[in-house]
Amino acid sequence: MTDDSKTVPAFAKAGPLRDFAAWWGPRPLAQVAVFLAVIALFYMLASNTVASMARIGISPGFGFLDRAANFEIGESPIAFGAGDTYARAILAGLLNTFKVAALGCVLATVLGVALGVARLSGNLLLSGLVRWYVEIVRNTPLLLQLFLWVALAHALPGPRQALVLFDAVFLTNRGVFVPRPVVDGLPAWGMATVVLVLGAWIVHLWSGRRRATNTPRRVLVSGVATFIALAAILLLAGARVAVEVPALAGFNIRGGASLTPEFAALLAGLTVKFSAAISEVVRAGILSVRAGQWEAGRALGLRDGQIMWRVVLPQALRVITPLTTSNYLDLIKDSSLAVAIGYPDLVSIVNTTANTTGQAFEALLILILVYLAINLGVSALMNLYNRRIALRGEAPA
Amino acid sequence: MTAIELAVPRRMARPPGRALTTLRRGLFGSWLNGLVTLATVALLAVIVPPLLRWLVIDATWSGSAADCRAGDGACWAFIAAKIRFILLAFYPAELQWRPVLACVLMLGLLAATALPRFWRRELAIAWPAVIAACWLLMAGLPGLIAPVSSNQWGGLPVTLIIWAVCFASALPLAVLLALARRSNMAGLRLLSVAYIELMRGIPMVAILYFAMLILPMALPAGQSMDKILRAIIMIALFWAAYIAEVVRGGLQAVPEGQREAAATLGLGYWRIMQLVVLPQALRVVIPGLVNQAIGFLLATSLLAVIGIFDLLNAAKASAADPSWLGFYDEAYLVVAAIYFAFGYGGSRYSLWLERRLHRERRD
Repeated sequence: MTDDSKTVPAFAKAGPLRDFAAWWGPRPLAQVAVFLAVIALFYMLASNTVASMARIGISPGFGFLDRAANFEIGESPIAFGAGDTYARAILAGLLNTFKVAALGCVLATVLGVALGVARLSGNLLLSGLVRWYVEIVRNTPLLLQLFLWVALAHALPGPRQALVLFDAVFLTNRGVFVPRPVVDGLPAWGMATVVLVLGAWIVHLWSGRRRATNTPRRVLVSGVATFIALAAILLLAGARVAVEVPALAGFNIRGGASLTPEFAALLAGLTVKFSAAISEVVRAGILSVRAGQWEAGRALGLRDGQIMWRVVLPQALRVITPLTTSNYLDLIKDSSLAVAIGYPDLVSIVNTTANTTGQAFEALLILILVYLAINLGVSALMNLYNRRIALRGEAPA
Repeated sequence: MTAIELAVPRRMARPPGRALTTLRRGLFGSWLNGLVTLATVALLAVIVPPLLRWLVIDATWSGSAADCRAGDGACWAFIAAKIRFILLAFYPAELQWRPVLACVLMLGLLAATALPRFWRRELAIAWPAVIAACWLLMAGLPGLIAPVSSNQWGGLPVTLIIWAVCFASALPLAVLLALARRSNMAGLRLLSVAYIELMRGIPMVAILYFAMLILPMALPAGQSMDKILRAIIMIALFWAAYIAEVVRGGLQAVPEGQREAAATLGLGYWRIMQLVVLPQALRVVIPGLVNQAIGFLLATSLLAVIGIFDLLNAAKASAADPSWLGFYDEAYLVVAAIYFAFGYGGSRYSLWLERRLHRERRD
């Protein structure tokens, strides 16, 4: 590493070639040899695979994506029936993964922040309880927790004896039924105005962030104003807005949004597992801000809430954000355990595809590329956010 | 330095005999605090009694499945009847001393590795030796020890062996990857970054499917490989990427001056790494590696997805026995307790080790 001069061939003239040689580093030929060895290894494995596929009569390629898939999918955000293409089946699986991962991230964050704050609350009983929750959840496998959640979901009573929470949430062995907002009879112009108002509010918040003028009160005021405007539009347009609450009708439950037992179990498992991780991150982030910051805030006459909001949290977020990012990425990856409990996520569909078509290599390649794309996308987004909060804190006043 | 400043006042702030005051202040220090305490007690009052009734009071401790079905609580009689199956799965009963001995050897090795007193060169020899002995015990040796097909392996020894073998073989690869990622040779750096990011980007389930579906096809024609061995190879390659990132953190913590000083003494790259940089870097990351290893132990439960009878899958299969059908909760709770013992014990150990290493560095 320090013996560059010995091994780098000296390019006398300055230019791109010399820049490249400097970047490429010492022992250039040995490095090329390593590259070639890796390529040769992959070539050997790939040619073996192709030969094996030929032996069992499968021709490599992605043509199978257009063929009809003769299986049903338990649940899907897009319509899917036996006879649709494999491409559509994989898309349905991907959307299922997105659905559970997105909801899981939101719920785990909400629960995790609440638990982190509870852990720091200073109440011995509550923080002790949260501590043991975190220890137990963190030190048992996610798959085991999922198995327990599924067993629990299937052990729930039937619709007629459903467990009912607040007369609105029905827990049954056929799934979990929750209320759902419904908007009826909204004309196109009303829809357009709603989008416009919401867009204006988001732009307002965004520019407020830019100029650092978003205080809790301002956000609240603009939020209430937006809400009133939206209500007025809906009233003027004569739209009916209601919350559809599920209710027992005959032998089943009607209305509301229904979650299948598998989806509910997976969502509960991911939420619980990652809320524990996120609560630890939140706790570590807040504790990483030195006590002197609190004392300085008090010396300036700020109230505790103000110190938390304006002094501690902005600094804590710098610790919290990158760690939460990796929690989100882990959550997305771990949603693949769906395959073990029968929720049709991407991995589950890809596995079925590989088994029914024999195109295991192509199917797994799709799986790997999709997960890499998701990973890079989330990392890029969170990096963007991270850079914003880092800059805001570090810029000289 | 900061550890002293933080630790000393805290210890002095709590003189002995004041525990009751601390407790009172912690529970009812203010109005809000008192309310929180009451709300928490109310929550516990809802959760704990039914749980306790199911776990202990209404539980059936002995008897048959019919006795259990008559009762309302947990069926611990099921555990008493099936614990051998949960721990050893389908391994032939008359040969069960072999997996038991393998477990004992493995746990002994782990215990010895955990004690800094045993951190000597011999340990590096003991690891492959014990792993080979365990494999021999499990598989047998045609002609000498009755062979047992890996299809019959299961339970705790499978979990422990796969975990230990994968971690031990991933570690050297991880060190090489971490060194390559910090090297000034761009080609090696590129390869290492691509490998690490690829592996860390995909879920472990995909790796296991790869071991099941692709690896058999990628072997030369006519060759075949044991299912557990295939899983071990792919998992070790997968974990190496994660361990490499931990090791890289340690390499970054070694000051540049150390390497420069070693280079001035005329040492070459590998001697510098072996004698100067790696001993310091690895020492820093041992607690991190322990935490990583705990995560990996929990992750071995994913082997159930590809039909290997690890501890979790054995528990699942135990409740599928027709004469004891459906006591899944009890089986899962027992293996959860085993995983928890390893996980909690491991994280306590990691904290202890961190303090100890910190102290050594300061001296």
